[in-house]
Amino acid sequence: MSRAISTIASLYALLILVFLYGPLVVMIIMGFNRSPFYELPFQYDLIWFQKLSTNERILTATRNSIVLAFAVSILATFLGTLAAWAMSRYHFRGKNILRILIIPPITIPWLILAVALLLMFYWLKIPRSLFTLVVGHVGVSLPYVILIMSTRFQGLDSSLEEAARSLGAGPFTTFQRITLPLIIPGLVASFMFTFAVSFDNFTLSHFLAPQGVSTLPVEIYTSIRKGFTPEINAISAIVFFFSAILVLFSSREIKFVG
Amino acid sequence: MSRWRRAFSLLALLVPAYGWLAFAVLAPLTIMLVFSFLSDVPIGERAVFFTLDNYRNFFEHIFYWRLTAKSLLTSFYTTLLCILLGYPMALAMAKVIPNQWRAALFMLVIVPFWSNTIVRLYSWAIVLRKGGVLDLFFQSLGIQMGSFEILYTYQAILIGLVHGYLPYMVLTLYIALDRIENSLLEAAASLGANAWQRFWRILFPLSLPGMISGAILIYIPAIGSFVEPRLLGGRAGTMIGTIIEDQFVQLFKWNFGATLSFLLLVIVLIFMALLGLILRRTRFLRG
Repeated sequence: MSRAISTIASLYALLILVFLYGPLVVMIIMGFNRSPFYELPFQYDLIWFQKLSTNERILTATRNSIVLAFAVSILATFLGTLAAWAMSRYHFRGKNILRILIIPPITIPWLILAVALLLMFYWLKIPRSLFTLVVGHVGVSLPYVILIMSTRFQGLDSSLEEAARSLGAGPFTTFQRITLPLIIPGLVASFMFTFAVSFDNFTLSHFLAPQGVSTLPVEIYTSIRKGFTPEINAISAIVFFFSAILVLFSSREIKFVG
Repeated sequence: MSRWRRAFSLLALLVPAYGWLAFAVLAPLTIMLVFSFLSDVPIGERAVFFTLDNYRNFFEHIFYWRLTAKSLLTSFYTTLLCILLGYPMALAMAKVIPNQWRAALFMLVIVPFWSNTIVRLYSWAIVLRKGGVLDLFFQSLGIQMGSFEILYTYQAILIGLVHGYLPYMVLTLYIALDRIENSLLEAAASLGANAWQRFWRILFPLSLPGMISGAILIYIPAIGSFVEPRLLGGRAGTMIGTIIEDQFVQLFKWNFGATLSFLLLVIVLIFMALLGLILRRTRFLRG
């Protein structure tokens, strides 16, 4: 491949990265700028981060988001792993249909699912609560876990388990000593991915959160609609670094999910 | 293991996950369908009956048709822009840029894809607003266009959508292109195919399944976008998604909202089936 082509390719890649990261970098830098109106010249200040630490609304919303994401990722990872296990270790009729059924929850616009859930809970007379949020979030997270874990189980040689069984290990021992250690990376990846899915999800929370309770994305959305303040930059910067760290830790496992 | 025991353990493994999906996805969509045919939201003693009025309301007002078309078109532009911008990127990553940089680039493309949607859109609002970074940048270049403001325009919505969905396209295309053996290209070159022929006759057709997978992951969810139009679109941001949100959050017309949402679901399912069919076709061509 000629030199010119390789230079053009690198420049193009750089351009795309500028597009992807430019606004985020600007946002983060402005979180450290003293002016409340994003005025230049830039003056370094931590005032917005300090203000953030006393902003009860945002702190509570962050706490809600973390608790919710934890509950969701544990449940989704557990249930999804069971299903993926069944799909990779058993042959049964209708397996392909079950595989295809995973796709709609991933691609159907969240708005439609959120609205439908809102109507269902209303109809069942279940008031909006942490429970309603968990139902929705787990629903959209489960398919990802099934995808991630199915790949993981397929890559796992079932003869290891058979060997353990033939040497006299019971199903439980086999699972604990052979299968579990081999799938732990996949479990960690599923956990982190679903954590990110839940932590990021604005649409479902927007419709399903109880009155007066908000998650972080909902809180940021509300503040943006009231007007821009560098405090939002500060919390956004923190959220961005947090998700970047999640990716770095789990990317080894997830080649691509979607 | 007996047959019954096997069936039992299979059910025990599958039912929790698929039961949850049935409760969280299938049941709500069914109930939404019921609501779309009701005259009103059932509260207390209020008399509620089945009616077609909500559907009539949609079909009789060209306004809703236009907004649905606008949403479909916006989604189409988003997908197209993602292909146009993403293809060269994926090609560069898979076939040109040296191996040692690929993993890092891959990571860099994934990070924004994981990051918070609201945060991403907010960062664009900061950049695109009046007195924002782009505005200042153009001023410093001495370009006088009055005041530069792109925030709260249709273009701003597209920028926000493309920014969010571009990684899907780059990644699915990258995976498809990466799978194509270099020896195939070398063979073509040794038989006298020039760069354009190698691209058009080998790389492009073999990467089609990746492109279509990417298109499914972008076109379908983008049809229901309402956050991008709300935060970046201002007045230009009325779409079918925002209208649906209004029915539930502002107007309390849940039945009509259910109708709009259900019609959108039908459109979404039709497109999903079509794209899925095309995907199977291209995979078949690939052999």
